[in-house]
Amino acid sequence: MSCWDTIADYGLRSIGIGERLLPTENFTLCQQFTLIGSGMLWNIYFGVLALLAGFFFAVALAVGKASQSRLIRKPAEWFIFVFRGSPLFIQFFFAYFLFLSLKQVIPFFSPLTSAWLGALVVLFFNTAAYSAEIFHGALQSIPKGDLEAADAYGMSGWSRFRRITFPTMLRLAWPAYTNEAIFLFHATTLVFFSGFPAWRQKGDALYYANYFADKTFNPFIPYPILAGYFILLTLCIVGLYGLANRHLNRHLPSNARRPIKLRPTLLR
Amino acid sequence: MKKLILTTAALALTAGIASADGHGKTVRMGTEGAYAPWNFVNDAGEIDGFERELGDELCKRAKLTCEWVKNDWDSIIPNLVSGNYDTIIAGMSITPERDEVIDFTQAYTPPDPSAYVAMSADVEVEGGVIAAQATTIQAAFVAEQGWTLVEFATPDETVAAVKNGEADAVLADKSFLDTVAGTDGLVMLERMEQIGGGVGMGVRESDQELKATFDAAIQSMKDDGTLNAMIAKWEVASQW
Amino acid sequence: MFSYCSDPSTLDGLTWLSCYLTTGKHMGLYVSVVTVLVLLAVTAPVALLFGFAGAASARSRIAPLRWFGKAYTAIVRGVPDIAFFLFFVIALDQGFEWIRHKILCSDWDQPIRQGSDFVVCDAAKLPLSSSPQWVHETYGFLLAVLTFAIVFGAFAANVLFGAMRAVPRAQMETAEAYGMSHRQAFWRIMVPQMWVYALPGLSNLWMVLIKATPLLFLLGVEDIVYWARELGGTKNARFTDYPHGDWRMWYFLALLVFYLAFTKVSEIVLDKIMKKLTHGQATAAGEAQRKAAA
Repeated sequence: MSCWDTIADYGLRSIGIGERLLPTENFTLCQQFTLIGSGMLWNIYFGVLALLAGFFFAVALAVGKASQSRLIRKPAEWFIFVFRGSPLFIQFFFAYFLFLSLKQVIPFFSPLTSAWLGALVVLFFNTAAYSAEIFHGALQSIPKGDLEAADAYGMSGWSRFRRITFPTMLRLAWPAYTNEAIFLFHATTLVFFSGFPAWRQKGDALYYANYFADKTFNPFIPYPILAGYFILLTLCIVGLYGLANRHLNRHLPSNARRPIKLRPTLLR
Repeated sequence: MKKLILTTAALALTAGIASADGHGKTVRMGTEGAYAPWNFVNDAGEIDGFERELGDELCKRAKLTCEWVKNDWDSIIPNLVSGNYDTIIAGMSITPERDEVIDFTQAYTPPDPSAYVAMSADVEVEGGVIAAQATTIQAAFVAEQGWTLVEFATPDETVAAVKNGEADAVLADKSFLDTVAGTDGLVMLERMEQIGGGVGMGVRESDQELKATFDAAIQSMKDDGTLNAMIAKWEVASQW
Repeated sequence: MFSYCSDPSTLDGLTWLSCYLTTGKHMGLYVSVVTVLVLLAVTAPVALLFGFAGAASARSRIAPLRWFGKAYTAIVRGVPDIAFFLFFVIALDQGFEWIRHKILCSDWDQPIRQGSDFVVCDAAKLPLSSSPQWVHETYGFLLAVLTFAIVFGAFAANVLFGAMRAVPRAQMETAEAYGMSHRQAFWRIMVPQMWVYALPGLSNLWMVLIKATPLLFLLGVEDIVYWARELGGTKNARFTDYPHGDWRMWYFLALLVFYLAFTKVSEIVLDKIMKKLTHGQATAAGEAQRKAAA
């Protein structure tokens, strides 16, 4: 069986398309690469959706935490504290438990007990809390002059937030937010490892790596493959966030430093 | 730190006493400690169960000094081949795949069927949702049948899944399910599956001497009936 | 533990609970709390050292050293810690034994890799198989510290690298103008000043480190989550004097409180340190402190 056949059979195995049975003997490197790569789909799914949804919630939480009103500030503070202060392991455990009880009372909530929704919700809350803390820090360090200038222009409320506060906050928070995105993608490996059950052997990259490590009794092949995939993924994230960072800072003179730096060599 | 060393030293001491009269080399016995009645951690925090008693008796007969080591199930074989302990005695069924990587002593319990536990006795297993612990022979079996397999990290969670309706039934070793059947409305089904061989001790392939020593010790326990008595006491399997 | 605990089945209420919570098994849980705290206390400085070395080498003028520093931070940061833990400890352990084997048993004629077995001479074993169990556990603990330090050292290196760059360029130029060598300027000007820029990142890392401790079990160290799971699971009357149902909920709740409290204490302490470090620094916060005092 050639490697292309393997990819055709198992490339989408993690979402239930292709061969039903996982390989059980004569494990090839190709199978390991294909299945673990197939599992990466789940890691990307969890990571991307949680990040996107979490971003908006995080901004709301950050603004809430910076609010003057106790009624808004306290809940935001507590939410951030609880989700940042406890291991994801424990959050998954309680979430699964809670979702099960919810399901028994109201059948409408039954998708929550499966990983595709339940784990996503937990990761969403988790990343929202971490990002909110980062954004809150950025909000605090917005230069006073920027806000005064906005006032001088007669901006207030929403337009001041949208045109001054929000972009500046993003710009200040972006490096730390990049780190948070990397951490979140790494955290997605915990979903099937300790949190939610895997149905019909559909799992994430770590699930398949674990499967191979268990079947071949050799951890030195599947886990480094998994590590390789994640290094690639991390590079992509860093690249994308770097692009976004350039966009956010496009008006700043610091970006113009580059041509200046190059000039001496050109003159010489 | 001091406290940690003190308690572990005390543990090592109690583990050593079991075979204090042995003057052979020290053999480290790897087990999981989470699989009653085979091996578990008792109230005193020591490893206990059928395999603890069996292992200590085997070591006494083979005149070896034995020490007990707890290891996570997932990495129990890699840690054996890499030399962190010398045997696996953790309710491990002898399977061809495992036999390729490590060697087994002769089985100390006969092959026993795996059983199902469900909330009612007339649950249809075929085509149902079956819970199993991830990466066990039972999980592989259910996947092969084409039924809906749902995998959990620990045996406890598989049973919990049946109780809360996530799964129709759980497939696991009969001796383990015996401990839960009859509680909280769980019943054992008539149907059994003959999967897996007997349970033996795992040793490194390069360690033939140790394998022979334990083979002989197991044989002597089989011969004088002490092994059967021990199996009966712990209700782990059928007798020889 | 207590004298009245000899027959727990006759007890109820608080007395039962007092016996239950003081069994040898629960002592295992309490010991693991101490283990985790000790591990954190040991790992943090070691990881900081790794991070400092990584950041310094990433800035080095010697190219191979610089590549090493950059590769270390890039690779280790790219891998989920859990994937790293699942194979790295065994690799580390085998690496140490291999080195010892080469040194101690040069006359050994058998191959080290026999099939899937990793066989070194008895003298090269780490620790020796005849050593008592506590030596093995301490060794396992140290391996865990080392693995944690390597992983979090990479993150620390990233933070410190950024902090070194954040030290105002003018400060370094002034140092050079005073005739300091590169090395002198690094140690006397940059290192003392970089901490204030590094601290927010480092405190964040500390919080992440605290929450990585449930992964310790993968490294062969019995951590609190392992014990909570073990103790909370349904207990059958056949194997214990204290049978109970699925109590994981309560154990995990206790863990939640533990972690939240630990985080809170850390936050307070780190805030204090930040205030100290800011003192007299050329930053906005330092300026504010100076003004408030004046």
